[in-house]
This record gives sequence, structure tokens and C-alpha cells, in this order.
Amino acid sequence: MKVLTPTVLTYIKVVLLVALVPAIIGFVIVLAERRFMGFMQVRLGPNRVGPKGTLQGLADLVKLVTKEDLTPARAERAVFFLSPVLAVIPALTALALIPFGPSIRLSRDVSTPLYVTDINIGLLFLLAISSIGVYGIILGGWASNNKYSLLGGLRSAAQLVSYEVPMGLALVAVLLMTRSLSLVEIVERQERIHLWFVFPGLVAFFLYFVSGVAETNRNPFDLPEAESELVSGFNTEYSGVKFAFFFLGEYTAMIIISCVAVTVFFGGWLAPFPNVKALAFLKIIPPFAWFLIKAAGFLFAYIWFRSTFPRYRFDQLMALGWKWMIPAALVNIVIVAVAILATPGRTNGLVTLSWVFGVLFVAMFLLARLRQALTRRDRLAAEPAGSRSGLKG
Amino acid sequence: MTDENRAVEHPEVPTLFDVQEMELNFGPQHPSTHGVLRLVLKVDGEKILEAIPDIGYLHRGTEKLFETETYPMGIPHTDRLDYVAAATNNHAFCLTIEKLLGVEVPRRAQLIRVMLDELQRLSSHLVWLGTSGIDLGAVTPFWYAFREREQILDFFEEYCGARLTLNCMRIGGLPFDLTPGWVERVAEFVDDLPARIDDYEQLLTDNRIWKKRTVGIGVISGEECIERGLTGPLLRASGVEWDLRRAQPYECYDELDFAIPTRVNGDTYDRYIVRVQEMRQSARILRQCIERIEPGDIRGKVPRVIKPPAEEVYASVESPKGELGFYCVSNGTNRPYRMHCRPPSFINLQALPRLAKGHLLSDLVALIGTVDIVLGEVDR
Repeated sequence: MKVLTPTVLTYIKVVLLVALVPAIIGFVIVLAERRFMGFMQVRLGPNRVGPKGTLQGLADLVKLVTKEDLTPARAERAVFFLSPVLAVIPALTALALIPFGPSIRLSRDVSTPLYVTDINIGLLFLLAISSIGVYGIILGGWASNNKYSLLGGLRSAAQLVSYEVPMGLALVAVLLMTRSLSLVEIVERQERIHLWFVFPGLVAFFLYFVSGVAETNRNPFDLPEAESELVSGFNTEYSGVKFAFFFLGEYTAMIIISCVAVTVFFGGWLAPFPNVKALAFLKIIPPFAWFLIKAAGFLFAYIWFRSTFPRYRFDQLMALGWKWMIPAALVNIVIVAVAILATPGRTNGLVTLSWVFGVLFVAMFLLARLRQALTRRDRLAAEPAGSRSGLKG
Repeated sequence: MTDENRAVEHPEVPTLFDVQEMELNFGPQHPSTHGVLRLVLKVDGEKILEAIPDIGYLHRGTEKLFETETYPMGIPHTDRLDYVAAATNNHAFCLTIEKLLGVEVPRRAQLIRVMLDELQRLSSHLVWLGTSGIDLGAVTPFWYAFREREQILDFFEEYCGARLTLNCMRIGGLPFDLTPGWVERVAEFVDDLPARIDDYEQLLTDNRIWKKRTVGIGVISGEECIERGLTGPLLRASGVEWDLRRAQPYECYDELDFAIPTRVNGDTYDRYIVRVQEMRQSARILRQCIERIEPGDIRGKVPRVIKPPAEEVYASVESPKGELGFYCVSNGTNRPYRMHCRPPSFINLQALPRLAKGHLLSDLVALIGTVDIVLGEVDR
């Protein structure tokens, strides 16, 4: 009798995901974040617990678990208890859809794909389930019966609802190219047409990732927390394990956003340059590792943002979303649709679009650098060098 | 929540909902109030209708303490006023007593005082830069700023043994001469400084988000600044070229070349630019002092027991935050009859309710940062 039936394998994968992802978050991502931020900020970051600080996650876990689990006296107890759960469960559920890699052979006659399930409405399901996670934050802020938490909850309600829209619209542009909502199919199509969707979908990618950062409440869009304004906002009143759940939810959401970016725009588990002979050695790295490397790149971008940018103000954030990103996403849909319809049945339109976007991107980048240099020069020229001016008293 | 949630009238905005204003306690325990400042806010959503500062959590009766102790014993108390800029506090106090006594400070002591002042200005501005960056969510400039501040505090420590509460001046001069090599080390630091300031500016000055958060926030005109008695970078960012180092030169400031950075818009961004430019000017001043310094006395002719004539004097210096002055009433004994401090933080703080009105909660944080208060000086 075969033990490793597909059902059993699925259960194993689910257990592995639920067990491994929080562990990876605690031991790798948080540590990496703190260490990298440390290096960017001319300091060392945590390096005391274990070799090079590798066991910091354990210390944090012990601290969080042993902390007193407080519930404010006038909090809405049931909701207060439920909202951290509500923040974690959808994020972990969404992990089931992420295709980490193609099938691998476990033994002679058993092989299994490196994802829990592939449903034909995958992307839609992801968007839907990730917006449920928002409720955790909103309700948590409300149930705390704390004015700062309430403001944090309100901010996140408005912010997350507004950034769902450009994110969805950005993905629509990619859907026109993929013709499928299944994440596995999206990756396979990128393999077939030898084109990662990031190139024809450059605008969509930027819109997606910016919205993604806003969705996960990270810098420069971390307004619901806003340590310096709202004293951590929605999670002010949370301590111990409940706080750890919010924390876990946030980081899992970051992973989801990164993984979806990799899957949809960066060819998922595919190795780059499949046709270049000189770079054939890249194929030695297993597909699963490619996926992780790409996802790690995005997580690094998150950390990088955090140590670089100031925080947006609430109304500016909303203006950016509604007045700028949503129109841009709509225009982008039209452009991509035209590119596809111009060459029906072939991908020439998409390749042309990639070149156009690529050239525009490089040109804009150079222009921005030029402008930066010029304003800097002007500023330094305007620096007062005079010596004896000023009012006399 | 009984009478707190009063419905307010918004005749200009018709709304379907019952608009309620909320009273929000901002501080005294809040990460962005830079100490124990408490603000009672009336907010409509996130919009600030009213912000009332509630001060006094750090009141220690410093002015009364001056009366109970001899003149030299007052100097350490001044350290605790603006505790991120102790040297200028010491300076203002000593200057007042020297004016009362009519004592001449030797040239070497004057130059060292100016150097200590300017180092202190740098370190105070660095604290301001770092913390107000954090207030707006930019965490990294803080670490850069504190890297340099640490060096400055090392200089202070080498000079007088203390890093924060310096007690580094005496009536008529200085307590110690410089340690060997101090000037050279400061010179090295000053040479590095412009590049370091470039680092901070790289992160903030042209940053879109930083500009969005600061340009047009808390605008105040030069006239209003003068009406409210605001001094320091707040006044200069509103276009008034008023700096006591130039307006009423003390020590040897009148022979030094430095510009007084001013801007015209009087918003948070301009105050930021003014302070950053002041840091560059401080470096210039330090360089000139280093060139001019020569051996000599460090203490003027001061009687052993200080019993000034029965007079009233006021003397002030340009502290990093504005005009810091002491008003001393002497009755001919060895203790002041009355000592009053004109603290720039306290007077500048008065502008906060006016600046904050109508802005959002997030801007309030920026505004507390831009006024640059130290609660030790506000409450005394």
C-alpha cells in the first residue's frame, strides 16, 4: 500500500508551510532585517544571542511568549482576542497557493509539486483572502478601546481599502498577458513565451509593488503603526502572544506580496537567461532556490525602504493612491491591451512593449539622476557664503 | 467620555454623519514629545482643532535655586536647563555675571568658549536632526547624526570630563585649559564635517516624501515671529536675519567670518534647511577659531569671593535654540537677589498651538520637532 498518496503529501506540505514560515520569519527575516538595517545605519544590530545573533529569534520568541497577556479593562474582549487570529490565518492560508517550484521526485514513483494547491482562480483568491487580513488590524484597533489604536485602525481601513484597488488593477494588466488566474499557469506561460512579465508589465510591476508595500503597512506607508505619531497604532494595547500574532501576520503578508511579485512578474521558479549558452550554469541552481532568491530580493527591498524613506502623511497617501496610482493602472491596462491586440496570437506586441517600457524607464531614471544632481548643485550654490551681513542690535 | 464627545458645528462642511470632536492626550509619555510635554488635543478625525500645551512636568525651581547659592554655584544648575546644549547655558550665565562685575575675559578663553559653543550648537542641531527625522519616519539619519554627536561629546569629555552636563565655564573664563592635541582632533573633525552633513542631506533634503511632509507645514511670518518673541532658527527661517552672534557680538564673534542662513517661507522645510546650513557655518567658525588660537590666560581677574555691585543686568547668547539670556538682580551680597532665565524653548513653544491648528496629527509631530524644544529649559 502506498503511504504517500497525494492527500497525505498535501497534509505534509501544509504542516511544513505552517511550521516553517513562522520559523523562517522569526529566525531569518527578522534577524536579516535588523542586521541589514544595522549595517545601513552604521551600527551592528543584534549579534549577541548565538553565533552572529542567529538565535535572536528564539530570544524574541521566549520574550513574547512569557510576557503577560494583557487585555485592557474596557476592551471588546471577544473581538480583541479574535483580531490577531484574523490577521494571521488569511496570510497563512494564502501561502497554500504560492508555487515555490515545479514537481520534484521524492522516490521512484512518487513526485509532488512544490505547492499545496493550484486552483484556477488563484490570483483572485489571493487578493480576496489578503483583504480579509485587513479586518484583523481594523478590529484590533477598534476593540482596544484606545484612541490611538482607533486612529491606527481607521488609517489602516482607509489605506488598505484604497490600495487594494491599484493592486488589483495592476494585476489585471498582467492577466491580459497570462490569460489565466492560476499561479502555476502564469509561471509556465512565462517559460513558454520566454519573457518574464516584468518587462511588458513594468508599470504594472511598480504599481503592484508599491501597493503591496502599502498593503502590508510597511515604510514609507506604515501609517497605521506610526510609532512616532500613534505610538504603534492598532497594536498599542497588544502584548505577548497576541502581539506576536500581529507581527507574524505582517511578515507573512510581506512574504506573500514578495512571492506573488516573483510568481507573476519575475518568472517564479524559472532561471534567468534560459537560452544564453554562457549562462547555462545558472540552471544548476534548483528552481526552488531561484524562487527563494528572488523572493529574498523583494524582502530586502522592504528592509531597504524602511531604512531610507520618511513616512507619508495620511492624506498624501490617499492622494497618491487615488489620484495617481489608480489612473496610471487604468492607462496601463489600455496600453497593454493594445499591445496584445496589435499582434493577435503572437507575443511580438509584448516584446515591443517591453522595449518601449525599458527605454522609457532608463531615460526616466537618468533624467531623475540629472535633476537630482542639478538641484543639489543649485542648493550648494545657494548656501550662504557671505560673512558680515545681518541685523545689528 | 461624557462631555468630551461634544458635537461640533461645521457650517462649511455639510455632512450626513454626526461629527464629533475627540479629546486626545498627547504625552507626557509619548515618543515624539521629546520629553515630558503634554498636549491636550481637540481633534476631528485626524485634523487638529486645538492644541494646548500643558507644561511643568520637569519643573525644578531652577531660578529659585540660583537665589539660594553663590554666583559660581549657579553654573552647574544651568547645565540642567537645555540639557542637550549645556555649554551655551553656562556661557549665558557666566556672561551675565561678568557683565555685572565688569570682568574682561582673556582672548584664549574667549576663543575656547566660542569653540565650545559651536561644538555644542552642532551637537544640539544633530540631536534635533536625528529626532525630527525619526518623528517623520526617517530612522537612518538619526544614527548618522549621533555618530558625529558622539565625537563631539568625546571632545567635551576630554576637555571637562563630562559629556552632557558640562559645567565647562567659569565666571571670568574657563575652569581648565585645553588638553594637548584637542585642537588638532577638533580640526580633523571639522574637516570631515561637511561631507558628513552631505550624507544627511542626501537622505533628506531632496527626498520627495521629506519635502511633502515639511514644505508648507507650520508656516509663520517674520512679523508674527517677532510679535511672539520667537528667536533662533524659527525666526531666521521666516526671513529675519537676526542672530545675536552678529547683532550683539559677544566674545570674539565680531572678528569671525560666518553667514547667517535665512530662508523666506517660514515653514518646517525652511527651518530644516536653516539648521543644516547653520551646522556648516559652525564648522566655518570652528575652523577660524582653530587658526586663531594661541597660548594665554584662561581666566580673567576675578575676586575670590564674588560680590557684584547692586545692579540689574541682562546678557544673552545665541543658543542653538534661540536667544538664551539671564536677567540678574544683585543686591551686593554673594548671592543673586533674583535670577531670571529667558529660555528660547519656552518662548518658542508658545508658537506651537498656532502652528498646529488646522494641520493633521502627523504634522503635529513634525511641528514639535521643528520648534526644537528641550523640556528641561521649558519647565526649568
